[in-house]
Amino acid sequence: MTVANAPAVLETGAGASPRRQSRAGLAKYLGLTPFALYVLLFLAIPTVLAVSTGFFTEDGSLTFDNVAGIFAPAVLATFASSFWVSAVTAVIGAVVGALVCYAMLGTRAEGALRTTVDSLSSVLAQFGGVMLAFAFIATIGNQGLVTVILRNSFGIDLFAGGQWLYQVPGLLPVYIYFQVPLMVITFMPALEGLKSQWAEANATLGGTRFTYWTQIAIPVLAPSFISSLLLLFANAFSSYATAAALISQGSQIVPLQIRSALVSETVLGRENMAGALALGMIVVMVVVMWGYSALQTRASRWQQ
Amino acid sequence: MSAASRAAVRLGTEPSKATRWIILGIVGVVFSIPIIGLIEFSFRDGLGGGYTLDHWTGLFTEEAARTYRQLFQAIGNSAVLAVVTVAIVLLILLPTMILVHIQFPKLKRVLEFICIIPITVPAIVLVVGLAPVYSVVVSVFGSGVWTLAFAYGITVLPYAYRAIQSNLDAVPVVTLSEAARSLGASWPVVLWRVLLPNLRRGVLAAAFISVAVVLGEFTIASLLNRRNLQTALLQVGQSDPWVAAIFALLALLFVFLLLLLIGRLGSTRNRSSS
Amino acid sequence: MTNSIPTATTIAASLSAAAGADGATVELVGVVKDYGSHRALNAIDLAIRPGEFVALLGPSGCGKTTALRALSGLETINAGQIRIDGKDVAAIPTNQRDIGMVFQSYSLFPHMTALENVEFGLRMRKVAPTERRARAEEALEMVGLGTFAQRFAHQLSGGQQQRVALARALVTRPRVLLLDEPLSALDAKVRVQLRDEIRRIQTELGITTVFVTHDQEEALAVADRVAVMRDGVIEQIGTPEELYATPSSAFVADFVGLSNRIPGQLVAGVAEVHGARLELLGDPLPDGPVTAYVRPEDIVIADAGIPATVVASSFLGSLRRTQVVLQDDTLLSIQHEVDTRPQPGDAVFLRLKGAPVSAVPRS
Repeated sequence: MTVANAPAVLETGAGASPRRQSRAGLAKYLGLTPFALYVLLFLAIPTVLAVSTGFFTEDGSLTFDNVAGIFAPAVLATFASSFWVSAVTAVIGAVVGALVCYAMLGTRAEGALRTTVDSLSSVLAQFGGVMLAFAFIATIGNQGLVTVILRNSFGIDLFAGGQWLYQVPGLLPVYIYFQVPLMVITFMPALEGLKSQWAEANATLGGTRFTYWTQIAIPVLAPSFISSLLLLFANAFSSYATAAALISQGSQIVPLQIRSALVSETVLGRENMAGALALGMIVVMVVVMWGYSALQTRASRWQQ
Repeated sequence: MSAASRAAVRLGTEPSKATRWIILGIVGVVFSIPIIGLIEFSFRDGLGGGYTLDHWTGLFTEEAARTYRQLFQAIGNSAVLAVVTVAIVLLILLPTMILVHIQFPKLKRVLEFICIIPITVPAIVLVVGLAPVYSVVVSVFGSGVWTLAFAYGITVLPYAYRAIQSNLDAVPVVTLSEAARSLGASWPVVLWRVLLPNLRRGVLAAAFISVAVVLGEFTIASLLNRRNLQTALLQVGQSDPWVAAIFALLALLFVFLLLLLIGRLGSTRNRSSS
Repeated sequence: MTNSIPTATTIAASLSAAAGADGATVELVGVVKDYGSHRALNAIDLAIRPGEFVALLGPSGCGKTTALRALSGLETINAGQIRIDGKDVAAIPTNQRDIGMVFQSYSLFPHMTALENVEFGLRMRKVAPTERRARAEEALEMVGLGTFAQRFAHQLSGGQQQRVALARALVTRPRVLLLDEPLSALDAKVRVQLRDEIRRIQTELGITTVFVTHDQEEALAVADRVAVMRDGVIEQIGTPEELYATPSSAFVADFVGLSNRIPGQLVAGVAEVHGARLELLGDPLPDGPVTAYVRPEDIVIADAGIPATVVASSFLGSLRRTQVVLQDDTLLSIQHEVDTRPQPGDAVFLRLKGAPVSAVPRS
């Protein structure tokens, strides 16, 4: 007798009529309603609203104007910027993060080094965008510590080419700062999943360290690496706080474009534009996350 | 270096000590620079040169309480938000996860999927649809900042779910409940005396991560025009960047200690159970 | 009628003919291995003849796996020599020792098919693709998995994975085959099937083989000689019959096969146990109280002799094992034919057949 059946039998007693049993069956699901209701109200409905307001005008009539607006050159350029920033920071974050994970191979999982790096990575991956922006402004901003040192000691003017830190290129170093820790958290389990027997079998079969990595470890890690890279891409693409803190005006990337649409006081009906942009973002995110989960399944089949 | 790790280096499963410390050293130094910049900044004496402790000591004066009243209020708001969010996780998510694990194993995939959605639907997208929902929420619960926690409970779902689920997977929950039931325990007793003590690690980890996420949240608070720690920091940063820097550092330190605690929780559990 | 379908036997024969059938001689001379302050191998000496199948048997921590890994080069040694065909290989890294190794589990490369796994060693030796493929297919046929070439590890059962691992290890025609508890992770029935196959293939190929196990039945069933190890030393090495019939120490007597421990007296070098006079095996002991190790099949139920009461009797298919208790509360296990069916509570008489025994002094 499984646990699932036990309460029903114990509560309704022996010889319970079928009707009583079916009521008990439905009542079972009662326990799930608080969560279901909560998710409905604060996840399902807002998501549906977010993607569908793009199809309506402000007086409620159906329209494709907002969605068409996504394909305006200015908005497409915004998407392109978002893609570019996300891709660059994802790749750099993935490579550097993977190197850090490699460097930690062989250390004790409960040891001081690993736990410290793990905690630091968790913190920095969550490092609120606002605080991170402050840190970078304090370091490489116009009066930043490093800027001043470079200017006074080495004669290098970081901002000779313009105020890049407060524009899209400025997002790169800041994003990389939370992408690398996220990669460390996400990818470390994959590296730990490399079985020592594979390296030993490689050796007994005549392989070298080089053949181990090129023929065995890297191919086995590839799905996890790419899926982590996709996760990093999604993470950067959906980031808002950092950009909001660094770039106070303008809509250079999609989240900032949504900000303009929501906050704009000049143009009416822009909330619906925000909906169209949200739809665009979700499409990108769904594609990326679908790729992520497909690769994860492949990776877990091998790690079995 | 021990014989075992020398063997591992020869096989290729471990980097050599030199490689290890070069990589970690370079990355460590590069990543500490912004933090050092932030710390250095907090001691700067205005726009001229020189350093001062005033920004730090000034926090404890009477004046500070007045000038930064809004900031302190915002910190209070964030604290309340953290508590309410953790309450949502413990009172809504946790029981549901246990229920699904024991009674509805087929729904596990569904629950997992739901808890992963917030990654695909990021805050910036969610907030577009939250505005109309919140106008309803405000009419029912008032316009206190704490109602933001409803949205925060959603944003922490992926992290809290993973923390609790890994604990659930490690403990033979179904077997334990069946054993307890066969010994005569009622469901509340099973939950309180048998399951929860074994789920302590996952629950605490979920709670701490939720606190960390809530303290760092900016997007939803900002675009729904509420004041929390991060929005207040941004605002204060425009007039008094030094205090903003100090609080950013303090928040960072606090979250670091919290997450270090989670790591320790995990290891002490492992040591005591081996 | 020509038999055009290659059988495992003919394939093995052709492989061994091509290789030069003899395996290598393997010697461990005074091998010492320390892990910090713990001495895992304490000056081990072991000489293995070409083509011989030797099992290293012992409880966990006895050093058998360490010895095997030292042979493979996966562990370095602190002192002594490891010789393959007379040449000291201690300084030669694993990938140049020309050995084949099968691990306990998880050793197949997960992203490669069975065929690609088997080809790997040949690829490392820069064998041309067509020849490589042909030899790998042959090796898979030899282990009975010819049609599984395109399967991945996660699509194979445990037993099948180990067969692929065996094919992979043998396809390069190594001088020595090392097996590290290859059957321990498998189901009982698969274990018995696979150990017979390993032995059969090994005999066909004539390759020198070292087989590590903690299962004494397994070791006795497959090996030419068995080395029983404890605490980093080889307690006894001999044929399975030698070990079973004439264990050189109580540890070996206890570890290999079942033994009853019966209190007795050693008088003038002869063990007197319940009236029976039994020759002593192994090193001489001083006279006095001893515990003798008597095999279950060396005790019979008779019409007269030592009085005992039956406690329980188990039917094991081809024989019975009966537990009895003596008047001094000693519990004994007796093995006999199935026709005698003792019931719990029956009073019986026991007689010792008189086979020589191992003994330890009793305090």
